[in-house]
Amino acid sequence: MSDINITIKDRDGHIHKILAPTDMAMNIMEIVRSYELAPEGTIGVCGGMAMCASCQCYVHSKHAIPEKGEEEEAMLSEAFNVKKNSRLGCQISLTKELEGLYLELAPEEL
Amino acid sequence: MIKTDILIIGAGPTGLFTVFEAGLLKLKCHLIDALPQAGGQCSEIYPKKPIYDIPGFPEILAGDLTNNLLEQCKQFKPGFTLGERAEKISKDKNGMFVVVTSSGTKHQAPVIAIAGGLGSFEPRKPGLDNLNFYEGKGVEYIIKDPAIYKNKRIVIAGGGDSALDWSIYLADIAKEVTLVHRRNEFRGALDSLEKARELKKQKKINIITPAEITQLIGKEKLERIVITKNKVDTNIDLDHFIPLFGLSPRLGPIADWGLEIEKNAIKVDTFDYQTNVPGIFAIGDINTYPGKLKLILCGFHEATLMCQSAFKIINPGKKNIFRYTTVSGIDGFDGTRKEAKKPVIQSLNHND
Repeated sequence: MSDINITIKDRDGHIHKILAPTDMAMNIMEIVRSYELAPEGTIGVCGGMAMCASCQCYVHSKHAIPEKGEEEEAMLSEAFNVKKNSRLGCQISLTKELEGLYLELAPEEL
Repeated sequence: MIKTDILIIGAGPTGLFTVFEAGLLKLKCHLIDALPQAGGQCSEIYPKKPIYDIPGFPEILAGDLTNNLLEQCKQFKPGFTLGERAEKISKDKNGMFVVVTSSGTKHQAPVIAIAGGLGSFEPRKPGLDNLNFYEGKGVEYIIKDPAIYKNKRIVIAGGGDSALDWSIYLADIAKEVTLVHRRNEFRGALDSLEKARELKKQKKINIITPAEITQLIGKEKLERIVITKNKVDTNIDLDHFIPLFGLSPRLGPIADWGLEIEKNAIKVDTFDYQTNVPGIFAIGDINTYPGKLKLILCGFHEATLMCQSAFKIINPGKKNIFRYTTVSGIDGFDGTRKEAKKPVIQSLNHND
């Protein structure tokens, strides 16, 4: 079994406990889209190139997530509603180490 | 009033390829796009990024794909209304659609093709008090006419390509250019970064980092802003504040056109990608149907099928037959003709 359990709080405050595969080269943004936890067109707008901030999320659990790359840092520096635990979902790959991850989707930028 | 056969809303790859397919059927197209240039997301978001799933191109940069599509359709002389958003749609007494843009430009056509991708790109606005009040009174998000900044004091905020490029461009025109960014690092093309560094040395651009605009001040119009750096506030007098934090797509006014919408996309019939309103088609990323994939190559396919139905609407009862371009060649609306070379037929046994 290569699935992990993760918990996602959507933009309306609803909590979703979901199973995410680690063998499909998916990232957090993609798992959110596949479970339709945010309306289509409001997340993953650039397709996952760290070129928009529509998949920004706040990581609440203390997992050792790989550090931000330069592109992610640059994008977050221009995003709104950024907090210390902000990450771009598209830059976090689903791996076994993320079992039990808890994150919250940042509000949609209007 | 601009009149055409197919009015295409959205000048991205799908919209541009529609011009080509419509041209083969002798139908003329005009495109409207909210962005000031053609190419949609390909030119706005990722022009320098490669695409690997365009059939026949193992790898092509999004910007190059746009240029190729423009080249491919140019003999069909498409018209463009750029930098304006399609706002309102109505039908006139002859049953023609009339579309009016944000700048009031009127377009008339018997067929509409909505190829709007994720919607029209709207500027991302920073969360500043009174920002809306100063819009058009010193705050602009898109530079349409650089001439208005001549001899003015400008503050630009942002850390990407457009913030850099406009700071460089306006350095020659404006009286004073200040560029403010939250971090020390900027994300841009190498030559832009070098040029900005050079202009900073020459004191033609004032770069303040890591800093943020925290307050807008002015009675009737914007007169001053507060820049906060390391918790210290500095007031700067200015004429224009241009926040350039990129653009994000919104479905916008199309959502109110009476079309069936599902998951932020327009529902269509897969026979010809027509919407619930006869004569209005939706193609590319903006449509949805069972099994839909948001891929450029799917947009090309949808555009091709759509044009066949558009032909029947525009030319009711007229006979037409599908042809291969290799066989028929291409007759451009500009008088040009492209065709396959004829084989040379000669005897090899003829004695002179």
